[in-house]
Amino acid sequence: MQTVPDERATPAEEQPAGTPVGRRVILSMLGLGALGLVAGPRLQDAFASSVSSDLASLLPSGGRFRIYTVVGFLPERSKDAYRLTVTGMVDRPLELTYAALTEMTPTSITADFQCVTGWRVPDVPWVGVRLADILDAAGVKQGAKALRFTSFDGVYTESLTLDQARRNDVIVAYSMEGGDISSPHGGPVRLYVAPMYGYKSIKWLDGIEVTDAVQPGYWEVRGYDVDAWVGASNRRSDAPIA
Amino acid sequence: MLRSPEGAHASTPRGDLVSRFHLSERLLHWVIALLFGICMVTAAALYFDPFAALVGRRETVKALHVYAGLAIPAVLVAMSAGRWGRPFRDDAARLNRWTHHDRRWLRRLGRDSFVPQGKFNAGQKLNAAFTAGAIVLLVATGVVMRWFDPFPLWMRTGSTFVHDWTAFALLFTIAGHMRYAFRDPDALRSMVRGTISREWAARHAALWHLPPLEHRGTHGHPSPGPARGDDSDVEPSR
Repeated sequence: MQTVPDERATPAEEQPAGTPVGRRVILSMLGLGALGLVAGPRLQDAFASSVSSDLASLLPSGGRFRIYTVVGFLPERSKDAYRLTVTGMVDRPLELTYAALTEMTPTSITADFQCVTGWRVPDVPWVGVRLADILDAAGVKQGAKALRFTSFDGVYTESLTLDQARRNDVIVAYSMEGGDISSPHGGPVRLYVAPMYGYKSIKWLDGIEVTDAVQPGYWEVRGYDVDAWVGASNRRSDAPIA
Repeated sequence: MLRSPEGAHASTPRGDLVSRFHLSERLLHWVIALLFGICMVTAAALYFDPFAALVGRRETVKALHVYAGLAIPAVLVAMSAGRWGRPFRDDAARLNRWTHHDRRWLRRLGRDSFVPQGKFNAGQKLNAAFTAGAIVLLVATGVVMRWFDPFPLWMRTGSTFVHDWTAFALLFTIAGHMRYAFRDPDALRSMVRGTISREWAARHAALWHLPPLEHRGTHGHPSPGPARGDDSDVEPSR
């Protein structure tokens, strides 16, 4: 990296004199970086758990949501205009309004939101309707194996097997942290799949199609695991959620 | 902003200009500045919620960030090679070496005593070394983050940590770098035009052995310019 210029390059009196402190600074930084690589995440966790979440959120990678959208805008839909369709291999295709969803038996879950890229928001309170209840209302036909979810962003899709979808900790959520789900967080209605990485919890949910086979979702055709269990997929070993 | 009315140099006739940055260095500087700007804007669009929400298009932004970031070391290596890269290598060598003046300069930071400096002062040297180290760290950790498959989990999490903190630190030092540049329009202009007044050089870089006025292609073989004494204990002439 460091080239000492030869005699022709600089007049003799300008031969760099002194000690190569610059090189030492660089090497020290590499050492510090290696230390950070090994010890940094632990330090950060220790710090984050000892201060308020507001303070922690100011730090890099500190305990708050990061807003991801795969399209060039934030999809917006009012509660009044919102519809959730349930189609495919069902006895009774449904079109549920926001009001209809909130009139169903609510289920509350408080659990971490873990992103596959590493960030985690601890203890997020969610309220919604168990996906299993919605499926029962529509009546799943014999031979159905999976679900395909669509988003009103027009691009994002997700999938679950029927068995996964019927878990008690998989809900169609309309409330988080005690209030409505805002547009950046995928409101007014999104999926929350507690035991899986965040990309399974499709935002701006507007369609559920019951299918006979799993159709990999947006990130899954881009290399992420279809069965995205926290701690047991995507070569990560995060502590399992809930 | 970089341009000044012609009259600005009235007090420093052309003969009194000295070459501070060779064309190759200026080009390198502004290409790297552009790439760094792309990295920072795309980083903001990946990282800060309101901006991430506004910009979206995560795949595209991610690709831009990764390739602009990788281009920085590539451009640095390519443009510092060979004859063309010699002025940059010479300055890198100057930045690397510290003398007792530099240590004194750092110790006296904030006190109004004058310590003569070479072409670069100790602050610039420290900044250069930090920036070089940061580039290595950011590229190494960035590669782990982007092509994560072969790396164990702890290394990926650790890389994210190091990448985030290094980027934050670098953002601060670059902001400081820009603040100093805007406070000294002559210095900033010299990164555009390459030249600076002899008077400026005497004030800020008393121990710098001034090269003659830059003319094309002669950088490596300076004609004997006015010597400025040897590199030891010259006191500034003011």
